[in-house]
Amino acid sequence: MYQPDFTDILLNVDLLARGAWITIALWAIAFAFGLAVGLGLGLVRSSGNRWLSLPAAAYVEVFRNTPVLVQLVWFYYAFPVLTGWQMSGFTAAALGLALNTSAYCAEIYRGGIASIARGQWEAGRALGMGWARLMRRIILPQAVRRMIPAFTNRGIELGKMTAIASVIAVHELMYEARLLSSQTFRPLEVFTVIAVIYFIVIYPGTLLSYRIEARMARRS
Amino acid sequence: MTEAPLLRTEALVKRFGDLTVLDGIDLAVQPGERIAILGSSGSGKSTLLRCLNFMELPTAGRVHFHGAPVGTAGSRGEVRYRERDLADLRRRIGMVFQQFNLFPHMTALENVMEGPRTVLGQPRAAAEAAARAELARVGLADRGDAYPARLSGGQQQRVAIARALAMQPEVLLFDEPTSSLDPELVGEVLRVIRALAEEGRTMLLVTHELGFAYHFATRVLFLHDGRILEDGPPERILKTPREERLQQFLARFTEFGF
Amino acid sequence: MEYQWDFSVVARHLPLLLEGLAQTLRLSLAAIAGGLAIGLVLALMRLSGRRWLAWPAIAVIEFFRATPPLVHLFWVFYALPILIGVNLSPFAAAMLALSVQSGAFFAEVYRAGIVSVERGQWEGARAIGMRPAQVMRRVVLPLALRRMVPPFVERAFELVKTTALAATLAYGELLYQAMVAVSRSYRPLEIYSAVAVIFFLVLFGASLVMRRIEDRLRRVER
Repeated sequence: MYQPDFTDILLNVDLLARGAWITIALWAIAFAFGLAVGLGLGLVRSSGNRWLSLPAAAYVEVFRNTPVLVQLVWFYYAFPVLTGWQMSGFTAAALGLALNTSAYCAEIYRGGIASIARGQWEAGRALGMGWARLMRRIILPQAVRRMIPAFTNRGIELGKMTAIASVIAVHELMYEARLLSSQTFRPLEVFTVIAVIYFIVIYPGTLLSYRIEARMARRS
Repeated sequence: MTEAPLLRTEALVKRFGDLTVLDGIDLAVQPGERIAILGSSGSGKSTLLRCLNFMELPTAGRVHFHGAPVGTAGSRGEVRYRERDLADLRRRIGMVFQQFNLFPHMTALENVMEGPRTVLGQPRAAAEAAARAELARVGLADRGDAYPARLSGGQQQRVAIARALAMQPEVLLFDEPTSSLDPELVGEVLRVIRALAEEGRTMLLVTHELGFAYHFATRVLFLHDGRILEDGPPERILKTPREERLQQFLARFTEFGF
Repeated sequence: MEYQWDFSVVARHLPLLLEGLAQTLRLSLAAIAGGLAIGLVLALMRLSGRRWLAWPAIAVIEFFRATPPLVHLFWVFYALPILIGVNLSPFAAAMLALSVQSGAFFAEVYRAGIVSVERGQWEGARAIGMRPAQVMRRVVLPLALRRMVPPFVERAFELVKTTALAATLAYGELLYQAMVAVSRSYRPLEIYSAVAVIFFLVLFGASLVMRRIEDRLRRVER
């Protein structure tokens, strides 16, 4: 019978805590960036201008149709060859995750904007509003509310994705866990604890999304 | 009335949370009776019908079918219902819904065959022949291959009636069968129901069509707040109502008459 | 200094990469099959209306949806053998981890599909005397499955992308073979770009095909 032993984990708690901070920093940077860039892309996709919309669509499809691990590996190993700029693992991970998230967010913005009834556009235009003002004053305020559940889900997915950064040597939570596991030969304890930590950090987001969805269902 | 009632309810109560929808219903249905159930919305008339084939489980009281109580009583008086017993009961009690509830992934013919095939285990050829006969009876012999989405509301409801008839039920329950139809489609459904009435079938009909109830029914019930306020032959109930509530109810139907 | 592109290195390693792609698809199909089976069981448990069945299913679903797939992979490959006393091959570990992980998501697709079937359909089926299993098999599942196809496809695509994580267990799928090719050729830009292109062609091409199939399915019901 295997005797679990958690002392090594307890002794290295500071290591895991540091990893958790880097995980959170990675998440926050990528999410903020992804939301902002995604808005621009989503507006371009909704503009009806084919010359703008097509490249944006290509960008979105490339990031949505390739594995995020491939994206991170590409930004860490291949991108510097192209640009001559050797990034740290953290920068490459932040960049890859941010661009990936921006592609998904662009689709959320586009879908939300498209879900607004045509009558709203007509009512705005009947008041003499132009495209930009209509978007800002009428369409986006209504659409953003409908997008919140999808953004919440995106945040959860991104939180899980940050673990992949360990592959390109970002010292976040998963990296520290792998290190600890190989040093202590206690993979069962280490990876179980790590799974629980991720769950504790991410599950409140899931609960939040349930509350938001329930509230929206009640309103409609 | 010497025959045993086909269906009988005994102090039937149905509550949804704090709301009491049926408040002690005692009703006996004799074979061959055609009962029209009237009442304003919220009176419990649909719930009463739905308790008879256990689409809703009664909160208290019993339903007897052919003199035998449905479900088994526990030690503290509570009644337990096994879904397979209820399924066996429902194959003998047909129901037609306000919203038709046809299966959209099956053609009209397949809808009618579904019960005999799946529930009664009839061979395909026999079930199909019977289903075609039922479709012919409701005047849709030529629409057997159509999917419900391709049929008008009136046609869908007639298929739904054929689907219920295909099980050779001993009682037919109609839950506002024409309430979701466009006015010009109501007639074709009512004509089918009248034809069934002329065969002497036992039927219960929840309806707002007072004229039809008058000609169709052998007996009329008026429900209010979950109780039976009036019960008698259509002539007396509809022409000389005693209860004030019923008089008000009937007056609403004549308010904009011409 | 201008970078000198050399795509012959991709051509030279193409057999290796295609072998990797075959392994990617093999792992994907195995995990999709496993995930669909596990998901159906979890969904039926959750919808059973019995607490002792529903709660464990909810726990599994919620846990696997709120933790990173990479952690599942490492746990199954490194930790599970300690518990069961049997070492797992990278393929077995990846397939098991991804099956349960995707099963948790598939379960929610099944459940949403089943719940989306209108009450009238359940009642129509029960009113002609069908038993619960018959109602499910003859009416609810056929209707629900049609509505489940788009979310199932979406989930399956997510799963194909997630199989790239198996490279971290040294399973010879596409990304892993690319890493091997890079270590031999020192040409990360060409090879990793080629990998991205291969994934894109497979996934985007498949999504175009699936979109057409979904359109046709929708037309059948109308």
